Amino acid sequence: MSDINPMSIALKNCAKTFADGTKALEPLDLAINAGETVVFLGPSGCGKTTTLRIIAGLEEPDAGGSVLFDGQDVTQIPIEQRNVGMVFQSYALFPNMSVAENIGYGLKIRRMPAAQVRTRVGEMLAMMQIEKLANRRIDQLSGGQRQRVALARAIAVRPRALLLDEPLTALDAKLRDTLRLEIDTLLRSLKITAIYVTHDQAEAMALGDRIVVMEHGRVAQIGAPRDIYQKPASRFVADFIGTMNRLNGAVRNGVFTCRAGDLPWPAAPADASEILFRPEDIRVTEDGEPSTLRGRIASAFFLGDRTRLFVEVGERQPLVVESTARRDFSHGEQVGLAIDPRGIVIL
Amino acid sequence: MRRETQRLILLLLPAGILFSAFFLIPMAELFLIGGAGKDGWAAYAAILTNANYFNSLLATLGVAVLTTIVTLIISGISGVFLQRHKFRGNGALVAMLTFPLAFPGVVIGFMVIMLAGRQGLIGAVSEALIGDKIVFAYSLTGLFMGYVYFSIPRTILTVMAAAEKLDPKLEEAARSLGASPFRVVLDVIIPGLKPAFISAGAICFATAVGAFGTAFTLAARINVLPMVIYTEFTLAANITMAAALSFVLGAVTWIVLALARTAAGGTVAAAG
Repeated sequence: MSDINPMSIALKNCAKTFADGTKALEPLDLAINAGETVVFLGPSGCGKTTTLRIIAGLEEPDAGGSVLFDGQDVTQIPIEQRNVGMVFQSYALFPNMSVAENIGYGLKIRRMPAAQVRTRVGEMLAMMQIEKLANRRIDQLSGGQRQRVALARAIAVRPRALLLDEPLTALDAKLRDTLRLEIDTLLRSLKITAIYVTHDQAEAMALGDRIVVMEHGRVAQIGAPRDIYQKPASRFVADFIGTMNRLNGAVRNGVFTCRAGDLPWPAAPADASEILFRPEDIRVTEDGEPSTLRGRIASAFFLGDRTRLFVEVGERQPLVVESTARRDFSHGEQVGLAIDPRGIVIL
Repeated sequence: MRRETQRLILLLLPAGILFSAFFLIPMAELFLIGGAGKDGWAAYAAILTNANYFNSLLATLGVAVLTTIVTLIISGISGVFLQRHKFRGNGALVAMLTFPLAFPGVVIGFMVIMLAGRQGLIGAVSEALIGDKIVFAYSLTGLFMGYVYFSIPRTILTVMAAAEKLDPKLEEAARSLGASPFRVVLDVIIPGLKPAFISAGAICFATAVGAFGTAFTLAARINVLPMVIYTEFTLAANITMAAALSFVLGAVTWIVLALARTAAGGTVAAAG
């Protein structure tokens, strides 16, 4: 599949104000490398889909903004001449065409000879493992099959970039996991530049080389999944990606003191008044083990491989602690807690 | 099982009685009268052999087909436009476009005469411009114009309802695959509107075949089947011929509508 020639994409000063005056996107600068998978992540209305549509050519940026493909300005070029593949949440397959006709549509538009179209469609069907569906009507397909057809249709024309707008949102959880893995494999093997829009942080973490977290039409943070998770740049990012615990207190002589107890923390900055950490950086201590903090179990949910505990420590929100211990936790039980200082984040 | 069947028959009875009383029996009677004249069943053959009748059948079908096509083109374009572009006065414009629904055929005929008649607007303008008075109200062209005029409202409403349900993502997908705006219309919008076109077209065709008021108002040289039936029935008192022609008119319309419904794949709710 080395026949796809990936391109770099750059947005320069792209803002979007809709006709009714709503500001969907604040001026945005963004550079996407050739062959990279970038995920736009954020809650609904954060501007991620608008940004994708500007790149696709379905929306025009406000005056002063420009979109560059491989350094060439394409702002004024309509989508049909940009050669970008699109995949939609609603699949958007043509109901009046069969599976094979859908996949071959872009090739037919490009006036490719019928024999070559058949070959290419065959390749696509094989790649997505849907050969048996070639002559089916669209309304005879399941959601997962439809999205495979949509992917095949978008890739068949050898686009210079693949733009995916919440492609898995309409599917049920199990299918979502399967297809996420397939899409990941596909994007890596094609080495295509891909932009993937989602509100699902697990999808973003799994697929993105880089994640662009967006909030209210602005970029909140850009970075690799690990950076975004471990070093969130703002409270919004910290809360939106994964679960974040917080403790209020004060630092004195390398010890962070809060209502739940004293936490030895040699590297503590003197002015830290609030610390944040992930559930995996705190654990319930065993009997006899020294514990730094104490709390009372407010609720416990047995999830099979682990137990998720909500521990009351006198803060506004209980701490979320995940325990893999083979024991029961009872409501109201007093437990000791230990925090790994390396996981502490200050914002 | 038998009780189920009995109940179904019982439930179908009222509809069955009405259907028999007001459709099956009159149609059968009409069919029999058509064959009861001095020429017998040959009256039905006369529709094909008699040049006058045959020409009027062709003219009727021709005007109806042309009306349907032109109406669908005009209503298709304006219906999609009115659905997609909400501007100030959009609602008022749609309301005005549906106005002709309330007009009887006579009023439509009168309006065609006002526009393209001997004292009409088109005649006056053309006389001033090229010194030649263009008059076409009293011909098939005038009739065609009137039919298009009163077919547009209901077609536009059907198209607008269907256009609202078109998925804009389909058009975006087609464009992303390289389709020009024209190809999008051809490959996405028209197939999406096809059921609406077929059902609206069927009603449009049936109305144009059977409309009488407009033709009667324009009168004179217009030779369409409803007019011929009227002449045979009232002026020539040739009741059997009138009956035979009526039956054929009904049958032809029914066949065309049945074909349209088959083509639409059973998705059309239009009445015959």
